[in-house]
Parts: sequence; structure tokens; C-alpha cells
Amino acid sequence: MPVLVPTSLDGVFDALASLPGAEMIAGGTDFMVEVNYARRRPRAIVSLRGVRELKGWRREGGDVVLGAGLSYAELMRPELSVLLPGLSQAARTVGSPQIRNAGTLGGNLGTASPAGDTLPVLSALDAKVVIGRSGGRRELSVAQLIVGPKRSCLQEGEVIVEIRLPAGLGSQEFLKVGTRNAMVIAVANAALVVDWVGRSVRCALGSVGPVILRASAAEEFAATAIDWDERRLRGGERDLEQFSALVREAARPIDDHRSTARYRCHAAGVCARRALERVLAKRAGDRAEEVPWES
Amino acid sequence: MGELSEPGELISYELSVNGEVREVTDAWFGESLLYVLRERLGLWGSKNACEQGECGSCSVLLDGRLECACMVLAAGAIDSDIVTVEGLSPGGGELSDIQEAFVKEGAVQCGFCTPGLIVSVHDLFEHNPTPTDLEVREAISGNLCRCTGYGRILAAVRAVEIARRP
Ligand SMILES: Cc1cc2nc3c(=O)[nH]c(=O)nc-3n(C[C@H](O)[C@H](O)[C@H](O)COP(=O)(O)OP(=O)(O)OC[C@H]3O[C@@H](n4cnc5c(N)ncnc54)[C@H](O)[C@@H]3O)c2cc1C
Repeated sequence: MPVLVPTSLDGVFDALASLPGAEMIAGGTDFMVEVNYARRRPRAIVSLRGVRELKGWRREGGDVVLGAGLSYAELMRPELSVLLPGLSQAARTVGSPQIRNAGTLGGNLGTASPAGDTLPVLSALDAKVVIGRSGGRRELSVAQLIVGPKRSCLQEGEVIVEIRLPAGLGSQEFLKVGTRNAMVIAVANAALVVDWVGRSVRCALGSVGPVILRASAAEEFAATAIDWDERRLRGGERDLEQFSALVREAARPIDDHRSTARYRCHAAGVCARRALERVLAKRAGDRAEEVPWES
Repeated sequence: MGELSEPGELISYELSVNGEVREVTDAWFGESLLYVLRERLGLWGSKNACEQGECGSCSVLLDGRLECACMVLAAGAIDSDIVTVEGLSPGGGELSDIQEAFVKEGAVQCGFCTPGLIVSVHDLFEHNPTPTDLEVREAISGNLCRCTGYGRILAAVRAVEIARRP
């Protein structure tokens, strides 16, 4: 049979071994677009939908370990939105209810698009992606896994099994710019994590480079600009503008049918700046009720 | 198995659709569920427009989850319960209250998006019997309608919510 539907991870490894060149499908929301438009002609397909090890999530010490098969709808549920607020926000902005029910975290990593909405969050949280193969495992960062636009370093026979993230780390925000609130590929997106205990700031940008970019200079600047006891920026508006400028400098976007490089730089700067403002306002406890679909 | 490179390999399998076991025979293994429903099983309620998950006209329930049938690998859905728009009406040619409300409120113009919207709205009420206007908009954000401007659709959904109040 050129289509196998295993129910266990070992079953997946066996299936991949028995069907050389087989491709994996999870939610199908990237895969089937390519098949329907004859841009992808798989020799054989292994479906991951029924694989029990890829479903669900667990806590392990201070970490949350997410199965690669978790859907966006599952990432938005209350428990995970408390443990991983940035990821949950990102999931909320993906596609439509139909796409969020089907599309998975593992598929977002597998596709490795620079616009993948979960990827900046995973990058900012220094996620560990656990890759399994028959008889072995390895752990990669997002930057190690995704080596170019839509290119990952996964070898034949390897499966993304789970993603390990710190639980409830600091304050987190995800913002995305597109032409509409639903069903939109990001023109630019950004994830921000402010770790109040470790006194660090992490800022990752999507859709503004061949891969997800960390705005390191902006991160370092923000960490020195924040008064960690008062939980505000010492230089106020001036610091916000400097942070935004450093984010714009970190962006390396291209012009394409969705946007110009210039606008993408601008949008990345605005997203990151607004994320920092929100995080600080939340700490000050005066954050106004948000419009639910605003991101 | 080195010579499977042509999209020629045909397979046969069974699907559970609207509570019935349906046989699919000699089908190319990469066919979408939408294609199989329409072209092999004669279920034309799910509409084919974009084939890329954008328009929602082929919305179905897969194990109770709302999904686009065009994004589902049919041969991968052998263990799933599939419900299409045909499975949502009471039968004997009657309309569900949601379908009735769409007709009464003028939410059907060309009608192409209607089956997908009916499935989405059905799914919304399964999970949330008293949706706010925003929740309704979000629930149908994956269903495109080029005729109505959505006003009549929102009115139809509200009419169902009001009629179902205890
Ligand atoms: C209408 C529409 C709107 C969309 N909107 C957004 C959006 O707003 N933001 C966004 O980021 N994306 C969006 N997408 C893209 C897509 O939904 C996501 O990338 C999704 O996460 C893909 O997951 P999937 O489970 O459907 O993957 P699939 O399509 O099943 O697979 C995608 C790729 O990943 C590989 N893969 C899947 N699982 C694994 C695994 N466990 N191990 C190794 N490889 C694996 C597959 O082999 C394939 O190459 C949209 C898609 C559509 C159709």
C-alpha cells in the first residue's frame, strides 16, 4: 500500500523504512495544497494523524513537552495558553477554525516557512525540537532545524516527535501583520519574551528573512534599558524607539507579492515595539482590555 | 518499491461517511477527501472551489472537528468518522433549523458557499449555543461568501440562536 496509517511512532519508523522515499502528512494543510495543485507528487505517504506519541502534551520539571501532532486549536486551550501564552497567541492568528483544527505544530516546523507563525515563539523560547528515527533521537534548536526558506535538515526516516519549552516563562507576546485578521500569511510577525527572573529579553522575527531571525542587538539593548526593579524602561519613549530601530536593522526581508522589504522592516519594528509596550504595561497592571481578535 | 514515481498507483479502501461504510475502489492514493466525496461517492454537497483550504466551501466534520475536505488525504481518513452537509439534515428532504434560517433570512444568494457555512455554523452551535456576534464572525472566518456581504448570514445565525433559546 502506498499509504500507511500507523498508530505508534515505531509504526511510523517501520512504515518509512518499508516505503523508501515516502513523505509524511500530519494535518495536511500545507501538504495537500501542493498535492492538489500537482506541485508535489509523493511516491508514497505515511499519515501521522493517528500516532499516539505525537498527540497531547505533558509537564516535565519546569518544562512543557508538546507532541508534534498538537493542533493550533489544542494550543489555544486554557491550560496551554497559561503555560505558553505566546505560542497560544500565535496559534490564534493562524488561518481559520478549519485550519486551526487540522494544522499542527510539527507541520509548521516541517514546512519550515519563514512565515510560520509558531516559529518566532519557539525561537524566542529557545525551544528544543526532539527528532526521532528508528533507534535514536536528537535534539535541535529551531535555528539548527530550519536551514533556509522551506528547508529543514531532517534526514530521510526522521520524524519531529516533540517540542520542549520552558513553562510560563516571564511575559510573552506575539504580534502579526497581514492584510486581514483571519486567513493571512504574515507580512511580518514577532515574538517577545521578557524573563523577569533571568533578566533577559528575547525577540524573534518571522517573514523578514530566509529563516527566523533573533534581533540580538535589540534584545541586549532592551535588557540594559529596562529598570528590572521598577519594571519599566528608564528612557521611556526614547528607549522604545531605539529598540524598534534595532529590530528594523535586524530584519533582512525581500520584496514579494505580499509586501515590500521596506514595509516589512517597518512592520517588524512596530510589532516588536508594541510587544514590549504591552509586556511592560501588563506588568504595571494597567493593561486595557484588548479587542479579542487584535494581535 | 522504487518504481512508484508515477501517480498511477491505485488503491481501494473504506470510509465511514454519514454513518455508512462507503467503498472507494481503484482510486489514486493522493486524492483529497473532497475529490473522493464528490467524484467517487456522489456526495456533491461539499463544494470544490479553491482546493487550498481558503474558501471553506468543502467544510466537513472529521471525528467531530471542522476541517476542509480538500486538505484531508482521503486514504488517511480510513479510521475517521466523516460527516458532510448531507449528514446534517434530518433526512427525507427536510431542512435543519440552520438551513431553514438561511433560507428565511436571505442568507443564500448564489448558494455556492452555503453548504460549507451550514457545516461551520452547525459546528459553532455544537460548541457554543450562545455565541456573541464576534464569536460568530470568528467561527465563519474560514468561509468565503462573495454575494451576501455576510449581513444576512449573521442574521440567520442570530435567528437560530434566538429560536433555540429555552
Ligand atoms: C488556508 C490556510 C491558511 C494558513 N494560514 C497559516 C497561518 O496563518 N500561519 C501559518 O504559520 N501557517 C498557515 N498555514 C500553513 C499551515 O497550516 C501550517 O504550516 C501548518 O502548521 C501545517 O501543519 P500540518 O499538520 O497541516 O502539516 P502538513 O501539511 O501535514 O505537513 C507539512 C510538512 O511538514 C512535514 N511534517 C508534518 N509533520 C511532521 C513531523 N511530525 N515530522 C516531520 N515532518 C513533518 C510534512 O511531511 C510536510 O512536508 C495555512 C494553510 C492554509 C491552507
